Amino acid sequence: MNAVVARALTKKFGDFTAVDHISFKVRPGEIFGFLGPNGSGKTTTIRMLLGLIRPTEGEAQVLGFDIAREPQAIASRIGYMSQKFSLYPDLTVDENLTFYGRAYGLRGRRLARRKEVVLEIIGLSQRRDRITANLAGGWQQRLALGAAILHQPELLFLDEPTAGVDPVSRRDFWRLLYELAARNTTIFVTTHYMDEAEQCHRLAFIHQGQIIAMGPPGQIKRERMQGDVVEILCDRPQIAIQALRQAGIPEVALYGRRIHAAGPGLEERLSALESLLRQAGAGPQTLRIIPPSLEDVFIANVKNSIQ
Amino acid sequence: MEAIVTQHLHRRFRKTVAVRDLSFRIEQGEVFGLIGPDGAGKTTTLRMLAGVLNPTSGRAAVLGVDVTKDPEALRQKIGYMPQHFSLYGDLSVLENLTFFAEIYRVPSRERKERIARLLHFAQLRAFADRPAGKLSGGMKKKLGLACALIHAPQLLLLDEPTNGVDPVSRREFWDILAELHLQGVTILITTPYMDEAERCNRVGLMFRGEIIQQGEPEALRRLAPGEMLVLYTTDLAQAEQVLPDFPDYLEHQVYGDRLHIFTPDAQAAKPRLEAFLKTRGIPMQSLYQDEPRLEEAFIHLIRHARLA
Repeated sequence: MNAVVARALTKKFGDFTAVDHISFKVRPGEIFGFLGPNGSGKTTTIRMLLGLIRPTEGEAQVLGFDIAREPQAIASRIGYMSQKFSLYPDLTVDENLTFYGRAYGLRGRRLARRKEVVLEIIGLSQRRDRITANLAGGWQQRLALGAAILHQPELLFLDEPTAGVDPVSRRDFWRLLYELAARNTTIFVTTHYMDEAEQCHRLAFIHQGQIIAMGPPGQIKRERMQGDVVEILCDRPQIAIQALRQAGIPEVALYGRRIHAAGPGLEERLSALESLLRQAGAGPQTLRIIPPSLEDVFIANVKNSIQ
Repeated sequence: MEAIVTQHLHRRFRKTVAVRDLSFRIEQGEVFGLIGPDGAGKTTTLRMLAGVLNPTSGRAAVLGVDVTKDPEALRQKIGYMPQHFSLYGDLSVLENLTFFAEIYRVPSRERKERIARLLHFAQLRAFADRPAGKLSGGMKKKLGLACALIHAPQLLLLDEPTNGVDPVSRREFWDILAELHLQGVTILITTPYMDEAERCNRVGLMFRGEIIQQGEPEALRRLAPGEMLVLYTTDLAQAEQVLPDFPDYLEHQVYGDRLHIFTPDAQAAKPRLEAFLKTRGIPMQSLYQDEPRLEEAFIHLIRHARLA
């Protein structure tokens, strides 16, 4: 059974269509990523799947339960961690877990046992008596994850869980997600970070409420890049950038001293580009085709869907 | 000429040393990225260079101005965008820019033209009359940048300006920075995004109040320990346990469901590693060589610094 099945799921707010007929499946035990700009419909989708708001059209099942008819059955079986995780700053780590455990109906020995297990998983056993406000950002975020998994949910929704967390803590956090997935917890995660998106088993690009690409990250990179990326190193980048833009190259960006130009058919036009830059007076140059990053692919797909 | 020079810059908050004996230089016209974990001292460094926080000891000169002696002169020469840049939410985009023009005493005859140029530059022309509070996160950051540019500073100090901003807006923001760079503006920027470090001329990795490495992104990437093999396996935990027994093993890092394994010679090690994993009963989906990125180098360097 799939953990999540959505069919033509749609949400309108007045004239505005936040989520526009999206269909996807999330398989049990996989880490499924939702990648998209602000306002693309990520959070609205999660809120529908959680049963917090009703879809305007379409339908979805979460762990086999219909989101419109059986939201209560869903609530007790899933865990949810939002962008602004709400921990009580003046309570200790242990007290926060007790609070959330009780909210999920855990009591007595079972609560005590689950707390031990969770503290072990999130690596906070040694810090259980610390006041939450005094924990570093990365630790607070682990605690919030701990609170979301106390009741052993089969499915975890994480809405930009690592926004504003430094790279080292982010990596530790993802390691934790993989441990959970290995224990058969399904994870649905939204993110802004390309390096995180690359770590998902499967990924959906969402833009203006629609899914514009979906699949394993490696496959998306291979199949969904319409065009090539050329890296250019030259004496006068400013002149080169102007010349490339005037020649109608869709994406021109400066990386340190290097220019990345992206667009369809650039590999065939490599020597033409070279002479274009020479004529423009960009000075001696080296050009080479480089593999696109996930960000390159994402931007190219977003621009295509706008046109 | 140097745009920024610090000598033994030091800042303590009671017993905590936030910035430790920091000496570094940034050339005029450079885009310099400061990257590092939370609490490494990036923000404290920027605040001292902006003249809003005094160092405990040491000195810093920004565009030739001593940061402790003449903070007012400094403010006129630099643009500073702190992490929580305070725009006026109920004022329109245009009114915010006018307000900052007032604060920085931009001559009124230049004001109109400069604001028009910045609106265009920050792609905010269509939103001039919208209250700043109603802009998207990415647009707020662009407006913040436009306000920091109102007095045409020669140097920009940007503290995590793209944090929490979506990928499309992030790229637009960097394209604006590239434009400024090409106009000769010096930029010192902090970021939690490794891929953004690639867009800088030079990068400094900050850890525990010190810059532990600095250089061009390409040079820093070469600090990764040896060559890299990527291993996909369904038994990550077991693989991690046995790997240190592999004769050519240097170090490994976990990225989701794959391991990045470092070894002196990846091509030579690959068949040997395949055989090794087989005898240890580790399932292997794929094993291939890849180029180390900045991230691998940084994780390696920070691990070492932690052990030191």
